[in-house]
Amino acid sequence: MMGFTPIGSTLGGLVLGVAISLMILFDGRITGISGILGRSWGARGSDLAWRLYFLGGLAVGGLLWRLVSPGVFGPASSTGLATTAIGGFLVGVGTTLGNGCTSGHGLCGISRLSPRSIVATLVFVATGMLTVAVTRGRL
Amino acid sequence: MSNENKKNAVAALCGLLFALGLGLGGMTNPLKVQAFLDVLGKWDPSLMFVMGGGIAVGFWTFRAAKRRAHPFLGGDFGWPNATRIDARLVVGAAIFGVGWGLTGYCPGPALVALGAGRIGAAVAVSSMVLGMLATRAGTRRRSRAA
Repeated sequence: MMGFTPIGSTLGGLVLGVAISLMILFDGRITGISGILGRSWGARGSDLAWRLYFLGGLAVGGLLWRLVSPGVFGPASSTGLATTAIGGFLVGVGTTLGNGCTSGHGLCGISRLSPRSIVATLVFVATGMLTVAVTRGRL
Repeated sequence: MSNENKKNAVAALCGLLFALGLGLGGMTNPLKVQAFLDVLGKWDPSLMFVMGGGIAVGFWTFRAAKRRAHPFLGGDFGWPNATRIDARLVVGAAIFGVGWGLTGYCPGPALVALGAGRIGAAVAVSSMVLGMLATRAGTRRRSRAA
């Protein structure tokens, strides 16, 4: 999976495109994973149900990948757990403040040409690049 | 089957499809994500093709959705109502990007890898949820004070 994979990545993107399309056309929902996860707390009834079904589908998909092709997850310990914990916390804070992540802003927001999402995507890709440049000593 | 059950079935199917797409596209491998962000090193632009493929489909279907009054399964569209590009959006996105670069996990792939039983993903998701809840509690307190 390492190295340039334009065909596999385009295929993967098309599948993601189908998923966000079914969600908006049938359910009327934006597929923004950080929002689906974060707003599960405090949600109840039907608003909680669809979130859990979606998140369950994601997790079951992960289990299927593990059975069929565990290589898609990369090597087991590429990042230290302390770094992962700090990074994960920042992802939680940032997506809550900024109201979205790679799916909600990057895929859905750009698809509907939302200026907020276009700005958000440019910003998080830029700070992501800057972070990797710093941690890998490129600067 | 009631429309609500059908909506839940669509959500479960889409979660599954989303996991399929993320895995195919290379997003579930943190090293590949970091290679995309490593523009000054050995840059792997693959993830631009993931975004491109998704938007190529989404652009048309979101246009179609915007022309409709209701989704196919009834109820209302949950269109976002925020339009202002404010400091909160920019600062939030900037913080998210730092976390994304550190871990190589954004929320979707982290949940997929959690389903596969990856320890790193379990740590990433639990601290992510902690960050989400802490931020919500903080902004609630600030809006009460204001």
